[in-house]
Amino acid sequence: MKVPLSWLEERVRVGIDARTLGSRLTLAGFEREGLAPAAPPFSGVVVAEILEAKPHPQADKLQVCRVSTGSGDPVQIVCGARNARAGLKAALAVVGATLPGELRIKAAKLRGIESFGMLCSAKELGLAETSEGILELPADAPAGRDLREWLDLDDEILELNVTPNRGDAMSVLGIAREVAAILGEGRRVAGPALQPVPPASGERRRVRLEWPEAAPRFVGRVIRGVDNTRQSPPWLRERLRRAGQRSISPVVDVTNYVLLDLGQPMHAYDLAKLQGEVRARRALVGETLTLLDGSAITLFGDELVIADGAGAVGLAGIMGGERTAVSTTTTDVFFESAWFSPQAIAGRARRHGLHTDASQRFERGVDPDGQARALERATALLIEIAGGSAGPTEIAEEPGFLPRRASVRLRRTRLARLLGLAPADAAVEAHLRALGMSVEPVADGWEVTPPGYRFDIAIEADLIEEIARLAGFDTIPAVRLEAAQRIGTAASSIPDESRVLELLAARGYHEAINFSFVDPALQKQIFPGIPAVALANPIASDLAVMRVSLWPGLLRAVRENLHRQQDRVRLCEHGTVFLPDGTRTREVDMLAGVACGARWPEQWGSAKETVDFHDLKGDLESLLAATGGAGRFTFVADRLPCLHPGRAARITRDGRGIGWLGELHPELVRVLELTYVPVLFEVEFVALSAEKPQFRELSRFPQVRRDLAIVIDEATPLSAIRERVTLSGSSLLRELLVFDVYRGPGIESGRKSVALGLIFQDNSRTLTDVDADRLVAAIVADLSGALDAKTRE
Amino acid sequence: MTELARLTEEALATIGASDDLSSLDAARVRWLGKKGVLTEQLKSLGALPAAERPAAGQRINDAKSRVQDAIEARRSALERAAVEQALVAGRIDVTLPGRGETRGTLHPVTLARLRIEALFRSAGFTIEAGPEIEDDFHNFTALNLPPDHPARAMHDTFYFPDGRLLRTHTSPVQVRTMLERAPPLALIAPGRVYRCDHDLTHSPMFHQLEGLVVGEHVSFANMKAALQDFLQGFFERDLALRLRPSYFPFTEPSAEVDMTCVFCDGKGCRVCKHTGWLEVAGCGMVHPNVFRECKLDAERWTGYAFGFGIDRLAMLRYGVNDLRLFFENDLRFLRQFASA
Repeated sequence: MKVPLSWLEERVRVGIDARTLGSRLTLAGFEREGLAPAAPPFSGVVVAEILEAKPHPQADKLQVCRVSTGSGDPVQIVCGARNARAGLKAALAVVGATLPGELRIKAAKLRGIESFGMLCSAKELGLAETSEGILELPADAPAGRDLREWLDLDDEILELNVTPNRGDAMSVLGIAREVAAILGEGRRVAGPALQPVPPASGERRRVRLEWPEAAPRFVGRVIRGVDNTRQSPPWLRERLRRAGQRSISPVVDVTNYVLLDLGQPMHAYDLAKLQGEVRARRALVGETLTLLDGSAITLFGDELVIADGAGAVGLAGIMGGERTAVSTTTTDVFFESAWFSPQAIAGRARRHGLHTDASQRFERGVDPDGQARALERATALLIEIAGGSAGPTEIAEEPGFLPRRASVRLRRTRLARLLGLAPADAAVEAHLRALGMSVEPVADGWEVTPPGYRFDIAIEADLIEEIARLAGFDTIPAVRLEAAQRIGTAASSIPDESRVLELLAARGYHEAINFSFVDPALQKQIFPGIPAVALANPIASDLAVMRVSLWPGLLRAVRENLHRQQDRVRLCEHGTVFLPDGTRTREVDMLAGVACGARWPEQWGSAKETVDFHDLKGDLESLLAATGGAGRFTFVADRLPCLHPGRAARITRDGRGIGWLGELHPELVRVLELTYVPVLFEVEFVALSAEKPQFRELSRFPQVRRDLAIVIDEATPLSAIRERVTLSGSSLLRELLVFDVYRGPGIESGRKSVALGLIFQDNSRTLTDVDADRLVAAIVADLSGALDAKTRE
Repeated sequence: MTELARLTEEALATIGASDDLSSLDAARVRWLGKKGVLTEQLKSLGALPAAERPAAGQRINDAKSRVQDAIEARRSALERAAVEQALVAGRIDVTLPGRGETRGTLHPVTLARLRIEALFRSAGFTIEAGPEIEDDFHNFTALNLPPDHPARAMHDTFYFPDGRLLRTHTSPVQVRTMLERAPPLALIAPGRVYRCDHDLTHSPMFHQLEGLVVGEHVSFANMKAALQDFLQGFFERDLALRLRPSYFPFTEPSAEVDMTCVFCDGKGCRVCKHTGWLEVAGCGMVHPNVFRECKLDAERWTGYAFGFGIDRLAMLRYGVNDLRLFFENDLRFLRQFASA
């Protein structure tokens, strides 16, 4: 909220500089978001009157003006603005003036005619972002007066953040109340008293409250004979501008001004367009309404509307309707100053895509005692600016539905317990009273009644906050909590995340973090047939569905890195995937990795080979080894649509599928336009939980190694060979190595040679050659029988 | 000079001139071999009178030993030289890069999070987690944000068609934990959160750290001390803290936490917008309505809660100036975090 200091000063004595005031307010809960001068620096600009404006003999678009600055001889000014005309009061930068941006004004010749200064636009003076023509000043502006002085431009604008609980502070009056409470020292808030404007006519419009829970008070008034074509006076226009609003017309400006000043939203209807009685009622389901901004809305039926004989004329407390809108030709208006219940307004604006100054205040709570006061103020202002005569003030109300502040008990002990600080009784009472609360001491503390406008004070903690806030949070000491010691368990069932990530980092992976929502098209390409949870309001069409795997994000990152000329990409990610499961969604914690490009970092002594399936399998095996239970995991050739059908494996732990490893399908490599073929893995993170290491007795006897080459059918996987060998090799087989796989000359086609290293060891004796030969023979016989394997000579 | 002396000198000269092992061996054969020149000299003893033979024999043997010693000395010198030469030939360029995998990295946000977890774990906090797809109750209503509460507008929420949502903060984890476990509690809940907002300083997904401490005598003063200790621990330096009153529906009193700008030591710079302060967290005393929603006695228990942006802490600690870099996964960016 923007608060011009000069405006604030009108309501409370400030007496300190704006910067200091800003920090005091910040430390009391109203964060200073900005502090700006009301106008950028300029000098030498005075109020002037154009006496004569004639076309420039050499230029169509220029005029030659004779301009009076009140005293002395009129000066000649060449001006390009169309609205420069005789009789207009304007802002003149005289020779020697400095305009914003260090622009010095000098006497100059424009197309052969001398010009002694410049008539300024609002934009040139930094008073508007855009402007058309020169700034027009009212006829009664005093020629010769310094413009800065006359418009009081040496003002500052404090921009404050008002938190959503403090609707009462969303006005100059509200901030003034806070300033008085924070700065203290006898400061009082000036007014605003109720100053009734006596009626000049009997003209009235009846108002019926048909939904009193939502609209228990509606104060209205007819004002006829208004000249809405006039321009609001400079002081009002300036105040609105400094508060961040544009001047529209006297009627609109007055309602906006009252809202900014007092915090009471108002609305003005064009009386001529208002048919019959005014009703505050509940909207009908499906009822339509065209708003001031031209948008047509269909109502849900729980909104509060203002209606006349012909239907809804406004979304109460949010925005008026187009049909009864005030225009410059409006001469008779009907003012509304009402109290609407926050419950009746909250959420309604947002639902219709609206966010207005009025709705913001009504949702948070408007002072229930301020309606008449605001109406009288607006009436007086409007008549002052645009003339007209007012009818009697019409008050429709159902007092039983107006909010009443209940008293709140504040206990001395609770205050101390919650803050860890025990302020003196006198200080507590002083702070609360400064905020306009009535305070009554009772045995264990105080009975406190907040003022009607403080919708945020309902419980004890609210009062404690007020006291802490005014005392200053910096007065509360920092005290360490003495807590009982309780040693937890060190569960090994949850994988240690940092250990897993460190292990991958040691193997060259860089951890990535991708968004949890991905491109639906990309995900569908990778996982056709797997449904994904779609967002109702995605931020972008390529971030519209929840990921079912970490691969879409990683592949996108691979592609982007390849585009950034990174040839060798190794990325991993640890995060949640979202799998639809009936009406619910299963969130699974996954770990994934991808490698693409060279097997090794480019180096003078390493072969340049491309990363393949078994490189990543090695990385994965090192992770599995770190669980202490590598033997529980298996890799089974299987198919997944996004993986190369011959280069993909399902990973299981104790027989249960926990993930996949494979080379990206060539078709996807092509579609994604990847330079290299990525190899990917993804496993459930929890499957990496570790077993504690278990010691086994070391053998004191030497081991025996026998190498064995067998020729076997191409389709037989090593896992089948391993299974047979493990069965037939007895418990003396300690290790089975594969040191060569060969196909080609010497081996019939359709078969391959696999060279196995068998390591035997006994715990109780040294194995002899005879023992070893016997063990090998048993293995050979079994492989021959079960897998049609032949030994290779 | 006797013939023997002449031969000996000649032998020594030949040996000295041998510059490799094979010529040295040839010299040995020539002078000391079975038919070597000096060996042959012994055969001439027979021609001498018996009385002179011992002395002459002795001279010849002395000569042979001299030559033998010279050969040995020369041999070891040559061998040493050969080793030297092999070493010289075997010299490598130690400045060439090493072989094998280069080190990968952990993501800076993960690094910051692990650091945060370690700090709080050291103070006895447990680390809790919760679902990222939440329901309205846990994300809003239980946190004293009933439907149509104006503060809901501050949470640009991602919704699913069935009304579920992506959690907008990690606060639902405190609700879940309080519903599950009895106080006293001291927990943190780090995790991903989502807001429908994407620009220079906002990412639709970011990381938050929720903290909650509940006990019978937990006060605002305790919260101040915990925040101070944590931030000083995280940034490894002394820092001033400033708590400003603010508003969060789930805490009362509520505060925003500013700390001394770590870039300018509070002198004022571009990062802190010349205020000397950096806003790093929100905090407050748990609102009685939240206790009530979590079936806890709001009279008996008091507690504090706080929320930090992990991404922001990571940015401040590592000097990252653009939030978006965290989610672009540019290897040139990620590689910078090998040491942290």
